Amino acid sequence: MMGFQPVVLWTDLLLFGLLGCIVLAAWSARRSEPMRAAWGRVGASGVGMTSLTLLLIFVLVGLVDSLHYRERLEPAGAEAAEARKAQLSTEVRSALDALAEPLRTRVEKTYSAPLAWQLFSKQTVEGKDGTQHREFPRLKYGGAGLQYPEQDLAGDVTGRIAIGLAAAAGGWLVLAGVVVALVARSRRVPFGAGWRAVWRGKGGLAWRAMLLTLAGVLLLVGPITALATEYHVFGTDKVGQDVLFLTLKSIRTALVIGTLTTLVTLPLAVALGIVAGYLGGWVDDVIQYVYTVLNSIPGVLLIAAAVLMMQVVIDTHPEWFETAAERADARLLALCLILGMTSWTGLCRLLRGETLKLRELEYVQAARAFGVSTTRILARHVLPNLMHLVLIALVMDFSGLVLAEAVLSYVGIGVDPNTISFGTMINAARMELAREPMVWWSLVAAFIFMFVLVLAANLFADVVRDAFDPRAS
Amino acid sequence: MFAYIVRRLLYAPLILIGVNLLTFALFFVVNTPDDMARMQLGAKRVTPEAIERWKVERGYDKPLLFDGAAEGTQKLTHTIFFEKSLRMFVFDFGRADDGRDIANELKTRMGPSLAIALPTFVLGLFVTVCFALLLVFFRASYLDFWGVVMCVAMMSISGLFYIIGGQWLVSKVWHLVPISGYGAGLDAGRFLVLPVVIGVIAGIGGSARWYRTIFLEEAGRDYVRTARAKGLSELQALFRHVLKNAMIPILTGVVVVIPSLFMGSLIYESFFGIPGLGSYTIDAINSQDFPVVRAMVFIGSLLYIVGLILTDLSYTLVDPRVRLE
Repeated sequence: MMGFQPVVLWTDLLLFGLLGCIVLAAWSARRSEPMRAAWGRVGASGVGMTSLTLLLIFVLVGLVDSLHYRERLEPAGAEAAEARKAQLSTEVRSALDALAEPLRTRVEKTYSAPLAWQLFSKQTVEGKDGTQHREFPRLKYGGAGLQYPEQDLAGDVTGRIAIGLAAAAGGWLVLAGVVVALVARSRRVPFGAGWRAVWRGKGGLAWRAMLLTLAGVLLLVGPITALATEYHVFGTDKVGQDVLFLTLKSIRTALVIGTLTTLVTLPLAVALGIVAGYLGGWVDDVIQYVYTVLNSIPGVLLIAAAVLMMQVVIDTHPEWFETAAERADARLLALCLILGMTSWTGLCRLLRGETLKLRELEYVQAARAFGVSTTRILARHVLPNLMHLVLIALVMDFSGLVLAEAVLSYVGIGVDPNTISFGTMINAARMELAREPMVWWSLVAAFIFMFVLVLAANLFADVVRDAFDPRAS
Repeated sequence: MFAYIVRRLLYAPLILIGVNLLTFALFFVVNTPDDMARMQLGAKRVTPEAIERWKVERGYDKPLLFDGAAEGTQKLTHTIFFEKSLRMFVFDFGRADDGRDIANELKTRMGPSLAIALPTFVLGLFVTVCFALLLVFFRASYLDFWGVVMCVAMMSISGLFYIIGGQWLVSKVWHLVPISGYGAGLDAGRFLVLPVVIGVIAGIGGSARWYRTIFLEEAGRDYVRTARAKGLSELQALFRHVLKNAMIPILTGVVVVIPSLFMGSLIYESFFGIPGLGSYTIDAINSQDFPVVRAMVFIGSLLYIVGLILTDLSYTLVDPRVRLE
């Protein structure tokens, strides 16, 4: 039995830390009436719950991909006893790698189209009689079980899709049954009435939208899983890796960049914005000066400069990192830091403006007249009244950051080239567009996954903004 | 107003000095010139003499901020900070790593950058404003609803997709225009059509939605109702009254980028092979040509500050109520 040792990368730690913070925040928000009302509006919105369901699925994939470990190598032969304690594989894997083991390990020679059984390019093969001729060789794994692929492929694929669809439908029915039963129980009505309540959107949450979204997702996931055991559903890339696997791995990178960046943005923007707006005077001048300076440097250039410098630091200190994964992770984290450092100015300015308004309101002035200390006023009276803006900005920033990652990776200042991300995928696939016939699948797969993620985030951001911004109609 | 502008103009160098200090810290303090030399010359087997030669060739052998060994004012001028950072204020950018004069490069590359950025900007603004007004004209109808849905979908698509998809469809499948490249004079036109059109389309989603909210807010005001009551048609009310009054929030976002058009666009220029400042910057980033990156940072912030001042001025032009103090 192979042992393993868990590895906690910095980004893992922060991701799970962030998750904990969100859970805590949700717990404390339960007690606040306005927060409950606002989240209730989000929960009742069909679009909101559809996008949230999609986002949660992405988050789930990302979190599973954040449980890292290193395998313990089994020492061979006689030295086994003494070498027992330590040989760790240098390769850091994640739980997702383990779950998608067949996808990860079944590497072909080079490109192959989605659901193909042959390689995409001709290669010289030696026949049985020793003659050499050029043909499209069969894939090592994709469609390997088919005896006569030309005739059997269509039938096999249809069969697998049917099995996948059936499994998805079954899974969905079970899920829907559980949801309806829960709703029925909480409303103390029989099952049938519970079903009607869910269908008519009377379950409190927009259950119908969630169930429909889940149905859609399952109907896609089912057949894809059924096919993925035998074929490369989205084809393979230049070095023969399964594109489906690459897109799944990219999700974590996108999530890390979209969320961890805010860990930097948030404290800076909130603290400086509030202090500048409330205290005014020279403090305000200094803070304004700092963000005007940062703002005036074109974003990409500032990021480029910082990333180039960070690269030099990482390159000159190889001893800091034990494995390649740790180095790539450090670079990813540094990228988040840099993106955060360059993107807090907008939110800071917004919060400063709002604080200027709040400062003049009666309740704040009353607190001041009672002699409440500045820090207490800021923490108790100003900050809570700005939280909706912070929340809206956070959700809105997410999609922008995910899109930015792709562009930055293209410019060459994004994530480590060895980190799998949408940006690196697009960048690698871009080179092959000139090929005839075209290799389109990895590009299309990356764009579609990115589109769904960003679209869900954008829609969710809109719903959150409408629910939390009192000025919105 | 005059006093205000003078104050803003005095504030500008202050900001530029801040930018300068920041880039200086990034490029020379975080990593010493020795680090850079080692990386440029190849990390492993590099002799101290080679590093020294590299530094002398590029003028990086001086102290960072203060030279105790020099005489008089040279204590301050005989430093990297003065030579490499402060010189930029008189547009002396020095030489790129390949030995070419950066200022000269900037001059020749500004034209192509502007040739793609300016039409994209003007056409983009026109198209998005028209589209947003159209949505407002049909507000609270299915057309409006699906228009907004389309905007959200379009802004969720990666900008790279528009470029790659556009190049593939227009150049590879339809063979309408060359896929990339640039020509002298009017010949450049056929190379510019595609990037401009793609740039406009890629920008529609986000900005049209934003303009729509601004227009909607304005269209609900009393004076618009009065205009309608006087018998103006909806189109007249929109174009004569709403558009004019919605200019202020639009100007904030728009005027500030006008000077930056000189910088061109990183992505578009490199995808379409246009020899402007954007592709120059990207090449510099990829070859780690730090003098060029520093120069571009300086130019970029200078143009941004000009944009800020222009924004302030444009307010007073479109809205007499705004007084600059």
